[in-house]
Amino acid sequence: MIKKGYYGHWGGAFIPEILHETFKELTSYFEEVKEDNSFWEEYLQIMSSYSCRPTPLTYAENLSNRFGGGRIYIKREDLNHTGAHKANNVMGQGLLVKRMGKKRVIAETGAGQHGVATATMAAKFGFDCTIYMGEEDVQRQRPNVFWMEKMGATVVPVTDGSRTLKDAINEAFRDWVTNMDSTHYVLGTVCGPHPFPEMVAWFQSIIGLEAREQILKSFGRLPARVYACVGGGSNAMGIFQGFLQDEQVALVGVEAGGKGLTSREHAARLAGSDASPGVAQGYKTMFLQDFDGQMLDTHSVAAGLDYIGVSPILSDLWEKGRVRFTAATDTEVMEALELTMRNEGIIPALESAHGFVQAFKEAADLDSDEAIIINMSGRGDKDIFTIANAYGDPSWKEFIIERAEQYRKG
Amino acid sequence: MPTLENKLRETLSQKQILLMTHLVLGYPSFEVNREVIRQMVENGVDLIELQIPFSEPVADGPMILKANQQSIAQGAKVEECLKFAEEVTAQFHIPFLFMTYYNILFKYGLEEFISRAYNINIKGFIIPDLPPEEGKEYLEQVKKRDLAPIQIFAPTSTLERMQLLAGNGAGFIYCVARRGVTGKKTDFGQDFDEYIRRCRNATSLPLAVGFGIRSKKDVDFLTGKADIAVIGTETIRLVDERGPQAVGPFIGGLR
Repeated sequence: MIKKGYYGHWGGAFIPEILHETFKELTSYFEEVKEDNSFWEEYLQIMSSYSCRPTPLTYAENLSNRFGGGRIYIKREDLNHTGAHKANNVMGQGLLVKRMGKKRVIAETGAGQHGVATATMAAKFGFDCTIYMGEEDVQRQRPNVFWMEKMGATVVPVTDGSRTLKDAINEAFRDWVTNMDSTHYVLGTVCGPHPFPEMVAWFQSIIGLEAREQILKSFGRLPARVYACVGGGSNAMGIFQGFLQDEQVALVGVEAGGKGLTSREHAARLAGSDASPGVAQGYKTMFLQDFDGQMLDTHSVAAGLDYIGVSPILSDLWEKGRVRFTAATDTEVMEALELTMRNEGIIPALESAHGFVQAFKEAADLDSDEAIIINMSGRGDKDIFTIANAYGDPSWKEFIIERAEQYRKG
Repeated sequence: MPTLENKLRETLSQKQILLMTHLVLGYPSFEVNREVIRQMVENGVDLIELQIPFSEPVADGPMILKANQQSIAQGAKVEECLKFAEEVTAQFHIPFLFMTYYNILFKYGLEEFISRAYNINIKGFIIPDLPPEEGKEYLEQVKKRDLAPIQIFAPTSTLERMQLLAGNGAGFIYCVARRGVTGKKTDFGQDFDEYIRRCRNATSLPLAVGFGIRSKKDVDFLTGKADIAVIGTETIRLVDERGPQAVGPFIGGLR
């Protein structure tokens, strides 16, 4: 690294002066805990007793046989407490907040998983908690809003801009510049100003550390390829870090192809050709933006991937050719989801299903003595409204109508 | 050509406190911008920051955020903002600054943007998301042309930090009066006096104070403490509620 917080020429800390001291403090606490083995021990301990770490690596035998190529393994981040890899980062930052002595946490959320995880952590550690969520995502992920509120968090729907993840991040920053003395911003992904990309990647590295050990144990050799969906990129960075040093392992990031890469309705930064270098939300990366540098509206069936930027660490790994990027369309995602449910009895989140799409496309290219790992970043039951709607499931519709009638009658 | 600092000092020899105003280009329209600027200048405003809209204005509060987004939604382009700036700098002989976020410069091409701004007689830049640590090339390019890369002090800045910022700045220092974003009320209490003393100790550059300045009372309070009072959100609110013709009397009544 040439300059602190830079990965190649991506990253940095483009922050307003008012937050300078706050970032200085955060960076210094982070540097301290990074060197402190007891902190990581405490982290592992809480992740095993409060969440379900290590999460299993499941051999998907039926899917493997169906495609007749590489053996498919699924890293089960869905079995974390709150149902996604987001818990890894949130509990880690929670321990850091305790060290810093702050009493309030705020967070942005897209799919709602990071918001739920943060609300959970806040309830456990006794912090006040406010979650910013784009109004569109509030609609898409109503059940998560319900749980956040039940755990005592205040959920603020963000009505500015595109009313999705990026706008929620802006609002969280606006809160932070007002309340930085009492408050820590639990950024949910490997984006934003330094030290967030490095810090979140560090907490998420637990996925890759486990997966590497598990595949060696159950398969006897390293995987040929590792697949992960990429929104901001935290689950992908998490699992990729276990294999970055193993050059023979191909790393594949799958972005949201939405309605197709030429449709202008997608969120593919690195797989498509619509993104360009830019600086926004405190860091430099590849952004979906127009000629003037105004951010574009993005689209994905998966709220958690519906974002303009991507981790600066991933932009660097992309530029260096270490990580290959592809995209999965909304339609492909629904197909892969159905196949996984039918064949394995596993329900991936819509976000995670993007990784499955590409793995399924490529599995047959590999020999049966090779393995692939798909990072299943979260579980899909949170998406029941979106999924049921996308399938146009008639009995679900009937149920909703009936329930609505009951509510109406009081 | 005199530098921004010299020009301000010259004006300060005739007035106790200067007024800097702000507007978002293209909001509610360039037409209205034109009229608002005319009213501001005719009523004695000493310098004006022209904000080039950006889709992610993180340092701005709801009012200016909305103005940014609406301007972009109505189709305002950077090129149009530059042309408009060229027109007003030719027409009104007070210093104009560009306020915007770094991506606008970065995307345009840093050197090209600064050189273009120089050619259209812009005197300086306020870029709230570009700390000196990230702005080496920017600072070089701006200073090379004797323009002012305005640095920002915050109540959270230590004396040491302020000195570092001032060393990188020129023209004047923009002192953010309080925590938070633009457009909320500021209570000027004892903490504020201590803060302004710290700012004075850190630099010999003129001090502008902004965030939450809304009335003659606020300007009176700042007189003798700061060199420039910054009126931001208030005139946008005024134009929204009462139209551009309300700006002149408002500005005229501030001092």
